[in-house]
Amino acid sequence: MTRIASIAVMWIALIALPWWLPMIGSYTALGSKVLIYAIATMGLNIILGFTGGLSFGQAAYFGLGAYGAGMTLKYLAPSTPLAILIGTAVGGAAATLLGPLVMRRRGIYFAMITIAIGQLFYFIMVRWNEVTGGEDGLAGFSRQDIHFGPIIYRLTETNFYYLVLLGFTAAVAIMWTILQSPLGHTFVAIRENRRRIEFLGIRVERYVWAAFAIAGTITAFAGTLNALLFNFTSPQDLHWILSGNFVIMIVLGGMRSFFGPLIGVIIFVVAQDYLSSVTGNWMTFIGMIFVLIVLLFPRGVLGIFNRRAEAV
Amino acid sequence: MQLLLFNAFNGLIQGVFYALMALGLALILSLNSVINMAHGGFLVIGAYLAYTLSPYLGFWGALIVGPILAAGIGLVVERVLIRPIYKRTDPIYSLLLTFGLALIIEDLTRTIWGAQGLPLEVPDIINSPVSEEYFFVTGYRLFVMGITAAAAIGLYLLLRYTLLGIRIRAGTRDLETTSALGVNIYKLRALNFGFGCLFAGLAGVLAAGVLGLTPPMGNSLIMPSFVAIIIGGVGSLFGAVLGGLIIGLAAGIATTYYPAASEAVIYLMMLIVLVVRPRGLFGEEGLFE
Repeated sequence: MTRIASIAVMWIALIALPWWLPMIGSYTALGSKVLIYAIATMGLNIILGFTGGLSFGQAAYFGLGAYGAGMTLKYLAPSTPLAILIGTAVGGAAATLLGPLVMRRRGIYFAMITIAIGQLFYFIMVRWNEVTGGEDGLAGFSRQDIHFGPIIYRLTETNFYYLVLLGFTAAVAIMWTILQSPLGHTFVAIRENRRRIEFLGIRVERYVWAAFAIAGTITAFAGTLNALLFNFTSPQDLHWILSGNFVIMIVLGGMRSFFGPLIGVIIFVVAQDYLSSVTGNWMTFIGMIFVLIVLLFPRGVLGIFNRRAEAV
Repeated sequence: MQLLLFNAFNGLIQGVFYALMALGLALILSLNSVINMAHGGFLVIGAYLAYTLSPYLGFWGALIVGPILAAGIGLVVERVLIRPIYKRTDPIYSLLLTFGLALIIEDLTRTIWGAQGLPLEVPDIINSPVSEEYFFVTGYRLFVMGITAAAAIGLYLLLRYTLLGIRIRAGTRDLETTSALGVNIYKLRALNFGFGCLFAGLAGVLAAGVLGLTPPMGNSLIMPSFVAIIIGGVGSLFGAVLGGLIIGLAAGIATTYYPAASEAVIYLMMLIVLVVRPRGLFGEEGLFE
């Protein structure tokens, strides 16, 4: 019951965000950014927290989604839904194609290969100047109002936030359904005891592949929204530093719980926003956050307050 | 033809740095079971300390003291931050911890020494070109190769013939049994981490003489070093060195024909290796699978 109540409170707070966030001196776009990162990290958590595959190069799929959406708007057609669709498909396809290369690995080797693969896309975007804008990033596109027949949904800052919230809700519903299904239970079983699952005759590798592909697709979806939020994307959106940030946000919130990443994202994004406005050495502080979380709060915020969160 | 040679040689030098980095990373990976994301940070520490000390000690003194100081800082970091988390089986924690360290070291380097690139003065005796036609083959570059080869051979001899080396190799195979036989594995892992950082520091000082010093230099060398390990095969130090040289050379050759692909080519090579021979050139089958 408390669980349902807290989730209800969360959704009400999210729906009312364009009213209360500017009141406390922030801006609605920050709310959009938090939700976008929440989609990305909750997607990543399907492979990381639920299947136990340490994917450390997830920014690649985030960035591919972003570039896919941006390039669709810039070169193909001025349609926001099409941009989201194509961006998600591009990132999802990349994760699906690369899945077989990583699915057999475990632990640190899994991490190392996913990081290195991520760098491939980073350098493609940096060096494919004429099309991607290189180091400077991809600009010169903007999100387009959505037409439903005669009705036009104008994507102002607030309206775009509600589009993101809709995307967040859809992604949450999909992920929740997956994790409650036999497929999701198999993911968790692989994390808990991979060898035993193998002995049951289940092809573990295929499930790791599936988890990797799902995670990549959802992260790519978040990436498309990120490109639309800023009407801009740059190679930083595929850099391994962003991948590391995604992972620390998940651990910070609690990687064994469904909504853990959302908590981690809120804390991390707000801290980053604040630190970068007060000190030039914000990177040092972010690094210290990494070190302190690992040493002192390995279970994350939800792990401290709620031991049952471990069991989701 | 000369352009190809020029680029290939440049690539090879770059590959030497990858190889040195990969060697230290692979050492730490196999015995400490840590992907040391801060390895580039130790490279930067070695390089900048050598830069600061070189007016007092000269280039040769700095070449020796820089890496040793990097190793010393590595020992402290291992003792204070990494040792407490060995018992956690999930590798995510050591990865995140060293990742945080990498950010801290890069940022503090920028604060202390500035974001501007700095040059490391190399003595004239070893800095002149060997011949006029091959102006890019400077004595210093040959010197870098020689030192690297000597360091790699030294490490090989250490691991092959000394008691410490035998213990490190035994610990890599089976840490629990090694511990049960009376080896202090904490000391062993600490020393091993120090060795890894020594190689990072050495790579830093040598690279500073060729590329100059910048705060992000370490973090830009670390990714290719991962690729070197993956191509060479996890668990094989020889593979790591060879992997580093191969990708350096490949990047250099790619620069001649299609400069835009010079970075991407090494990651493409890695994908090909992963498809054709998943364990890498010299990796052992079944490790981490």
